[in-house]
Amino acid sequence: MTGLPHSRFRSRGGTAVLPASPPWGPMARMAARRALLAVPVLLAVTLGVFAIAAASPFDPVQAYAGTAGLTASQENLDQLRHNLGADRPLPARWWDWLTGALTGDLGDSASLRAPVSQVIGERIGWSVLLCALAFAFAVLAGTLLGVLAARRRGGLLDRAVTAAAYTLEAAPPFWLGLLAVWLGAIELGVLPPGGLTDTGSDVATAGQITRHALLPALVLAVSQLPWFVLYVRQGVGDALDEDPVRGARARGLRERTVLLRHALRSGLLPVLTLIGSRVPELITGALLVETVFSWPGIAAATVQAATGVDFPLLAALTVLATAAVLVGNLLSDLLYGLADPRVGFDG
Amino acid sequence: MADAGNSLETYGGWRDAPGAGRAAGSRTGRALRVWVCAGLLVLIVLAVLVVPPLLPLDQQAVDLAAKLQPPSPAHPFGTDEVGRDLLLRCVHGLRVSLLVGVVAALAATVLGTAVGALAGALGGWSDRAVMRLVDLFSSVPHLLLGIFIVAMFRPGVWPVIVSVALTHWLSTARIVRAELLSLRSRPYLDAALTGGASRRRVAVRHLLPAVLPQAGLAAVLMVPHAIWHESALSFLGLGLPAHEASLGSMANAARGSLLAGAWWPTLFPGLFIIVPTLAVAGLAGAWRERTNPRRRSELML
Repeated sequence: MTGLPHSRFRSRGGTAVLPASPPWGPMARMAARRALLAVPVLLAVTLGVFAIAAASPFDPVQAYAGTAGLTASQENLDQLRHNLGADRPLPARWWDWLTGALTGDLGDSASLRAPVSQVIGERIGWSVLLCALAFAFAVLAGTLLGVLAARRRGGLLDRAVTAAAYTLEAAPPFWLGLLAVWLGAIELGVLPPGGLTDTGSDVATAGQITRHALLPALVLAVSQLPWFVLYVRQGVGDALDEDPVRGARARGLRERTVLLRHALRSGLLPVLTLIGSRVPELITGALLVETVFSWPGIAAATVQAATGVDFPLLAALTVLATAAVLVGNLLSDLLYGLADPRVGFDG
Repeated sequence: MADAGNSLETYGGWRDAPGAGRAAGSRTGRALRVWVCAGLLVLIVLAVLVVPPLLPLDQQAVDLAAKLQPPSPAHPFGTDEVGRDLLLRCVHGLRVSLLVGVVAALAATVLGTAVGALAGALGGWSDRAVMRLVDLFSSVPHLLLGIFIVAMFRPGVWPVIVSVALTHWLSTARIVRAELLSLRSRPYLDAALTGGASRRRVAVRHLLPAVLPQAGLAAVLMVPHAIWHESALSFLGLGLPAHEASLGSMANAARGSLLAGAWWPTLFPGLFIIVPTLAVAGLAGAWRERTNPRRRSELML
């Protein structure tokens, strides 16, 4: 990439200077605009979820009645259908669900035998903990490895890191998780293979949770790592070819200063924009990793809900994931605007 | 393809990509990589086509005396928890996964090309509407949407294919639309229209040949994604039925023996996903370098 020289000069040698305090006003306006735009998206997703369910052979009455539905009379089934409101048209059912959701009533989960809002409330914290740990680790390790690889492109380290990144990117997270269970829990026997607490212990102490969270968080981080490594390597490597870096070198700055204060700072900008847009991949990874490690999070509950054809839980979780993705997009745009004042908060 | 290359040259006015001199030294390395990838793919396709008819898989062939044997000359990949040969099962599983992957990738590409072409050709209001739809689909995580569809329509081959197609058409639609929008402003299209070419002729002779390489590349790259998606669904027990030897359901079935310390029933199905993915990515990267050298360092996969 030849880059755009004039934009680089304006950014003061690749080191964008942050203003003294963040521009709260424009940021709040952007967040409000995005919140307004999110409403139709979320409405459309909920409607789509109901439409898919209506088009599928899934029958809420059978799901509710379970095995009793096999022996129940048609009369009882019809009565049940009426009581559940399943005989009403799709828009009416959607509207009922929506108004219920706004008051916090998301229906009852059949597979976990609890109200959906309670299931989400109990489990979301564990998922957030796992994802935050994994994400922090992936960002840190990805930046480190990416800079090391970009420092000498085509070198031995660069080729090793790139090859490993491509291989890891092709590897399914559930497979990585299973291998990690085998290595960490069975061969070495140092870490527990899954769950949140030791077997036979009722209370969750911080130490136990740390030990149990380490392996899943590590696997989730490793499944996200290749992307960070490759983008940081790309950004920093491109920045190293550009004029500000040449100027910094010509001024006789130390190579470490050039690499960290000039190349890394401008090379990280494109990565920053994309960090928030990794939320879908993070959710995908969490779905698989939580299942492998029996982590009591919301992603594992999604899989249980799907195996049990638990429509209320599944619908709520799909909408929740969509909201998380939208928040991630907003975060990445806010971060980008903060890091690079030329971008602003107009989106 | 040559057409697209030429127009690119006049359009972008690039000469040598930066770092071309550095890259020249590794040209043999690159050729070697392409040959290795192509060889691997040929090997995989041959294995998948030839082995199953010659050595049919007997799902019921249980040999408990030979259960969970580590890799040996008789069983290069070892045996699974009921004594079935893992190499044979892996090849059969790859066949199923590849078949599902190719069909799903084709469906996704056709859907994506149709939507992208519609948006790009109509422009204006309908273009914006279609792009909002694409944004809508991309704000639901793929695997979650896939899980939802499969859960509602009962696990099976067709729901899996439909769920992959419905979640993976977005990138193709974006690519085709962007390509069409950039083509619409090219002088040679103006020339064709001024010369009296009909809409049909412009679409078939000028637009389609320029878009097809892009769509083709997207389709090829989609196959590993589709395999990945299918194996993830099967691993979760929401894909192909458990008795069917698919790579994901094999990894799922191996979880029990993994806890007993047997690593081979888990390791090899995963490798059978990774190796074809890397081979396809390597070949697609080489193809992209040929058709669009400006984006030399674009990330694949």
